[in-house]
Parts: sequence; C-alpha cells; structure tokens
Amino acid sequence: MSDLRLAAADEVVERGLAAAKSSRRSGACIVIVSDSYDADVRFANNTTTTNGVRRDRSIDVVRILDVPGGRAVGVASGSGPIDVATLVAAAEADAAEASPADDEAELIGGDAAADFSEPPISTDLSIYSSLLPDLGDAFARARASDTMLSGFATHEAATIYLGSSNGLRRRIADRSGTFELVARADGGARSAWAGTGTRDFADVAVLDLEARLNERLSWATRRHDLSAGRYEVILPPDAVADLVAEIYFAMGGLDAEDGGTVFSKPGGGTRVGDRLSELPFRLSGDPSASGLSCPDLLWTGHSSSDVSVFDNGSQLADTAWIEDGRLDRLQYHRAGAQRSGVPFAPPIDNLLLDLPGATASLDELVTRCERGLLLTCLWYIREVDPATLLLTGLTRDGVYLVEHGEVVGAVNNFRFNQSPVDLLRDTIEAGVSERALSREWGEWMERTRMPSLRVADFNMSSVSPAN
Amino acid sequence: MPEEPRGLDAIASKSIAEAVLARASEVGASNAEVRVESRRRQYVGLRDGALETSADDTAVGVAFRVVKDGAIGFAATVDLSVDACVALVDTAVDAARRTGALASAPIALAPEPVHGDQTWNGGERIDPTGVSLAEKVALLAAWSGVVSAQAGIDHVQASVSATAEDKYYADLSGTTARQHRVWLHPSVEALSLDQAGGGFETMRTVAPPVGRGWEYLLGEGWDFDAELAALGGHLAEKLRAKSITPGRYDLIVDPTNLWLTIHESIGHATELDRALGYEAAYAGTSFATFDQLGSLRYGSEIMNVTGDRTTPFGMASIGIDDEGVAAQSFDIVRDGVLVGYQLDRKIAAEVGFARSNGCAYASSPLMTPIQRMANVSLEAAPGDGPGLDELISGVEHGIYVVGDKSWSIDMQRYNFQFTGQRFFLIEHGKLAGQVRDVAYQATTTEFWGSLSRLGGSQTYLLGGAVNCGKGQPGQTAPVSHGCPVAVFDGVSILNTRSEAGRS
Repeated sequence: MSDLRLAAADEVVERGLAAAKSSRRSGACIVIVSDSYDADVRFANNTTTTNGVRRDRSIDVVRILDVPGGRAVGVASGSGPIDVATLVAAAEADAAEASPADDEAELIGGDAAADFSEPPISTDLSIYSSLLPDLGDAFARARASDTMLSGFATHEAATIYLGSSNGLRRRIADRSGTFELVARADGGARSAWAGTGTRDFADVAVLDLEARLNERLSWATRRHDLSAGRYEVILPPDAVADLVAEIYFAMGGLDAEDGGTVFSKPGGGTRVGDRLSELPFRLSGDPSASGLSCPDLLWTGHSSSDVSVFDNGSQLADTAWIEDGRLDRLQYHRAGAQRSGVPFAPPIDNLLLDLPGATASLDELVTRCERGLLLTCLWYIREVDPATLLLTGLTRDGVYLVEHGEVVGAVNNFRFNQSPVDLLRDTIEAGVSERALSREWGEWMERTRMPSLRVADFNMSSVSPAN
Repeated sequence: MPEEPRGLDAIASKSIAEAVLARASEVGASNAEVRVESRRRQYVGLRDGALETSADDTAVGVAFRVVKDGAIGFAATVDLSVDACVALVDTAVDAARRTGALASAPIALAPEPVHGDQTWNGGERIDPTGVSLAEKVALLAAWSGVVSAQAGIDHVQASVSATAEDKYYADLSGTTARQHRVWLHPSVEALSLDQAGGGFETMRTVAPPVGRGWEYLLGEGWDFDAELAALGGHLAEKLRAKSITPGRYDLIVDPTNLWLTIHESIGHATELDRALGYEAAYAGTSFATFDQLGSLRYGSEIMNVTGDRTTPFGMASIGIDDEGVAAQSFDIVRDGVLVGYQLDRKIAAEVGFARSNGCAYASSPLMTPIQRMANVSLEAAPGDGPGLDELISGVEHGIYVVGDKSWSIDMQRYNFQFTGQRFFLIEHGKLAGQVRDVAYQATTTEFWGSLSRLGGSQTYLLGGAVNCGKGQPGQTAPVSHGCPVAVFDGVSILNTRSEAGRS
C-alpha cells in the first residue's frame, strides 16, 4: 500500500486482471470496483444532528481456477488504496485450496463499453442547497406550534466498474436517495411519518410532506382506544412495501427446495404455480421501470444460495415473481436454475407490485371502508415462523380509525402477527400503484412501487402502549 | 510467501492524524477528532457441508469530526493520501456551517481528561481473520458432518463470521489511542422435514458470539462438541412436540435467550439519546424518560443492571471510545430502579452531566461516532445463588426457554415478543419435554417487575449480538450481555400457529 492515492477505477480493474493473467495458474478473473460518494443530513428535535460526507472505493476480486473436477473460486475485497494485486494473490490462494464450486457456469462474455474509462459520478452536501433552507423554515414553524421534527436526508452517487478476463467491461452509474420526515406533537402522543425515494432531490418538497403530516396530526386530535383482535385494515403504499419486501426476501429457490420456507411444497419441490391471491397481482422487478429504473446488470463480489459470482455481467430484464396472482418463479443463479430445470432469476434492485387495471387512490379505499384501521406506518418487522412467513411488528406514527368511509380519529398502537402471503390472499381491494418507501427496509430497498390495499382479518395480537 | 499487509499496519496512521489535526487547529476548531481505521470482515457459509459463500473484506479509511462555532460536521474518505485526508477538515467545517445554520442551539461536548498515548488489545490469542479459508471450511464441514449424521436431519447450514478492528484515534486535546480487537460468531442450524405433518422445524446452536479469537472455535470458552452432538436430538424432540396451549406461564429464561431481551428492553431503552428524542425518526424513543432518572421502577428489587465497556471478551469492550473517553463501568438499574443511562459527550453535555460514560462508537472507518450500547448485563444472585435445577424445582406450571430466535419490540421499548430455539414445559417442578410454536409477549416494566428469582453465578453466561443496528445512515455494532438464568412469573405465552390463523 505504498501509494495511498486512489488510482482511476478502470485502471484498477485492468491492473487486477493483468495480475491474474500473469499468474502461472490457469483460470479466469473478475474485478469489480465501486466508487461512491454519500452526503447525509440528519435532524431531530427541530435541530440538525450528525451530518457529513463520505467517499468510498471498494474493490472485489473473484479469482477462478481450473481444478480437477471443475472450477474453484476465491474472493477478496478491500477498500481505499489497497493494491489490487494483493487482493488477486489472496483470492488465488483461497481458490487454490478450494473444492470445485457448486455454482460454476460459463462466464458472461462481452466487449468493452464505450464509457468504461469515464470518471465516477459524485455528490456532496450541495445536493441539499434548496432542501436545507426549506427545512430550516419547517423547523421554525414546528417550534412555533410545539411540534418536533425529526428525519434524515441521504444521497448516494455510485459508479460500478466491472471487468472480466474474457473481455467484458461495463460501467454503471447510479444515483439514489431518500428523505424521511417525522412530526411529533403533545410529547409524541400525536405523531406521523412521511418518506420518499428520490434520484436527485429535485422532486422533494418539504412543504408537501409537512402538509401531509399536519393533516394526520389533525386527525389525531380525537383518540380511540381499541383492543387487540382481527381488523379490516387499509395500508398505504409505504406500509405495503414494508410487508411485500418480506415476500421478496423469502424467494430463495434453493431454500424453498430444501423444504424450509413458505414457498416449499409439503412433500418436496416448490410452490411455483400456486395461486397466492384471487386478485391478478403482479410482483416484479424491472430495471427499466418508469421513474424507478435501476442497474440492468448483475454484479456481486461473492456467491450465496441464489446469486453466483459466475453470473457477473448478466443482463437484467423485467422479471415477474408473481404473475396473475400465482407464484411465477423463485430466485436462482444459472447453475441452480439449470439443475432444477427452472429459469435463471437473479435479484433486481427494485420491487413493483401492481394490480392490472386498478385505479383507486388511498382516499377512495378509505371511502369504501365501513369500519377498519388505516395503518400509515409499520415498524420492527421480524419473521416469527418461516413456514407461514408469519411476521410480527408494530404500528407506529399514525393508526387511524375509519368508520363509514371517513377517518374519525387516531387509535392506540398494536403489535401485529401477520403473514404477508396471507395479506395478498385476504386483500379485498387494491388501489393504483405508486412510488413507495418502506420505512423498515428502505435503506436496502429504496425503489419500490406499491398499491394501497384494503385487507380483511389483519391480526392485531396485542396493544402497544408506545407512541 | 508472507501476505502483504492489508490493514492499518500498511498505513502511516500517526502522520496522517497529525497532519489532519494541524489543519483543524489552523481553522479554529474547538474540538476535532481523527480516526484512521481498518476493519477486516470475513464470512464463510456452508450448505450441507459444501462451501456456498465466502467473503473477506478489508475496509480502511480516515474519519474526521469537528466542532466549530458551535456546529458539528463530519467527513470521511478512503483516499489516504495526506492531502485528501487534510482536505477532510475543510469538508467537515463546510458541513458544520451548512447544517449548523439550522441548529436550534450551539453544540458542546462534555469535558474529558487527556489520556496521552494509549494502546489497548482485546486479548485474542489467534486472530480469526488470519486463519485460512481452507481451515475454516474444514472445521465447518466437520461440524456439518457431525450434525447431518444424526437421525432425521435433512439439511445443515454452518457459518462463521469474523471481524478484526484496528483503530488509531487522535484528538486536538492530546489523547491518542491505538486499539485492536476481534469478534466472531459461529452458527450451525439443522433442518428436519416433518414427513407426517408436511411442515419443518429447525434447531440452531446457541453458542454466543464473543470477543475472542479463533481459539473459541477450538473449545476455549464453549463446548462445541457437546452442543453439536445434542443438536439432532433436540430437533427430533421439537418435531414431535405438541403445540403450546396459549396462556400465562412462569418462565425460566436461559441466558442464551435472556441476553436478547436485556438488549432490547433495557439496553436500547437506556440510551439517553433515544430518551431525549434524537432517534425519534428511526430507532425510536424510550419509555424511560430522563425525568424518571432515579425514580422509575424498572423491575423487581432483585434487578441490578450495569453498563460496562471493560467486560473481558465483551464485544463492546474497548480502552478509549471514539470520542476519546476512557472505558467505564456504571450502574443502569439498581435494586429495580433506573439510576443511569448510556451516554456520549454531546448528550452528557446537553443534560449537564460532568462527563460521558464512554459509549461513543463508529462502526466503520467511514462512519461518524454515535452513542452505542455498552455491554449491558444483569447481575446474578449474590453469594451461593441457585442453579438451574433448583429454579426448575420451584416452578409449578411453566416453560424453560433456551436460545434466541425471533425478536421485535416497539419504538418506546414497551411491548416485545420473542421466540426461542426450544421450549421445555415445566410441570410440578420437573421438565416435561419440549413444546413448540411458542412466543412470549410482555411489556418491559411488567416483565422485569415479574422477575422473582435469579440464578447464581454458576448459571451466568455472556451472550450477545454482532448485528445491533442504530442510526441513519445505519451502523451495525457488536455487543455482549451477561446474565444468569432468571425466573419470571405469569408471562403471556402465544401460539405462533394460531397467531398465523392456522389450526
């Protein structure tokens, strides 16, 4: 690490591949360099708290060696000015002692993309030059009305450089960010949350979010204490994203074949083809989704049960996980898909739930509810039983009673025990899908599009005294 | 061929820190801290005895935090050239200026004595990140083989994660600290299909993650051979067990489960930044509000809880924290009453405390320090306290809970629900076999108020987690929690099958 300066990312890729090529061992090599810049503003109690910028550079080396019986893999990763040749040597040493990999497949071929040697994109705190003054004004209004605002703005610019020993060179530039705002009044007795994903903060209006929160705080001036039990509920798109993300996380093909998930078929095999809902829901990932586009190329520094280093560089396209209300496919890497006789299905960085033809807004769903709960926000969601995908979690920052099609006041919080798979089954009505931010999982899955749902028999297991 | 140095050894950390602090002095910072860090993280996972996932990542970087003109700013980079590191000062000052304009009051940090040049080492004998992948795979494959050979086992997953953290800290006041520690977490989980019922059950090892080296996996501090030999039998019994009848039961909670209840219902609830509302947007607040310090009845009179950053092999143990504060041990609950909080320097100053108790931590080279959890532990019964058998003999109708599994708690740390690896029915003072589909649910003060008996020191175990999350952007920290076996009277037990609407 004698030179502590960062070399250009594309040069690091070439240097790593050259180091592997000069080895006396025959095989292949993949080098992935990720250059990223992050800018964060955090605030609470109407004041800014921890704020700053981060500049990262990570390098993943995948070394593949021809060994008797197949191909063995070693991986090594590092950040900063680490010498890529050091990583290549470490990965090669691991590969030399490894057994043939179970996920072996032909490396993806290709040529060098024209933009491969372009510099990385970047961001800094200037991305918030209009947000910060607006936020300052919001703090002033909040102080004047005995309300506490808290929240977080984060923006990342990341550029991935992927190269392999068979000539593939790809560059992927991706900007993403989120903004979250929480308002608490009466010592937290009334509270509301709003959040949104964004590419560049040009579409984030503090005033709009503030108005949405103020409307909900005003709903909470009347309070109803309800007991545990099964309720009809209305979930806005953000809360639907919290629950539907868990369905996606349970879509490992190999785990299902092993018999240990909600998508395992009793007696063997998987539930692909099973009807999950009478409504023709479509759950998908699509790199070209309008307003929610995401990288259309797979990259990974290590293998797992359904994702393989051998698949680096695979093109991603619109993929249905649930189609017409039926489980359509599970996640597989190419080797696993071939063994199981199913389509290759790599992960995609967005998640879209749509009910074809649905047009209703959240407000219209409320209008058609005779008596139920509007759950604006869910929290601390964890799997209780993988066999049913039973989840537990809490309502938070805004539960409202709906009677005769109108919000009539706020309700105490609940702990729920509910399977999201049953949620699709028990949906009475779904609205039009729109961009949503899961409060629970948004940090890892920022790009989601979800409908509002009206659902029967949602299990509120106990009352939570928290607010 | 010796391996090229990958971590902090390869970096002139002292000269980088001096150059950065010199610039901080020039610009008139009132406080400035620089951290030069390396964090090597490894993960090895086997499915049915074959390697499925390996990862080996060494992150290095320089982090800088400044307080200037009453505002706080942060900047970090992996570009370790001296000019890039020095430039962090101006970037952080710019962040302080931009965001300080919105601040409601100037920021101050509680004072801390200057500690000079410190070194600290967690005391492992074998750095686990220096053990070859082949050796790790061989050990996990052998463990998998032991378990898969047992009757009725259909699948086995085995993994170990290992981390080595090296921090060089320096601040404007003159404290420097060079610190090294490791932690690791082994896990083996077996799955059996229920051929008759069509479902499945799993059983995972309860060996805790620890701040020890590779010697832990070789048997120093835990008997892995004994635990693995018994795993299949436990799972077979669970598969045959009858489903629990919901209701109120006395619970005997093993330390392998209770550490997590302590973590969620005491550890997070007594973080003062949460209690003051600084985590309201994300992790949440706390029912244990600051006005109740010294008066809140947290639990029964036998409940004594400490926060400790000096616990041997504790995963939150350190010499000097990431704000230059010396590690300490302090009371949180004494005789059932809330008497203390976990602090960092900003929060301590805000409430007028003379000093932080040293709970600032940044989870990676590029993160800003925030208040994180000390090793929060429940004291065992004093003197010759009872053992497990004696505690069981005193329970008429109850459940003995072993190992953690699912967990969830609300944003004020009141209402929680936990499951476990295995649950044994207790009838008339005797274990009466496993039951399944069990979850326990309670409110924090009600639960700790029902604490009726504590096991003696012979039942005490240091458990913990390597994945405690807090903050935005999210930071993941390791932490340990010690506790004895403990008895809780009349706790609400749910049946997770009926909760899911299944018969």
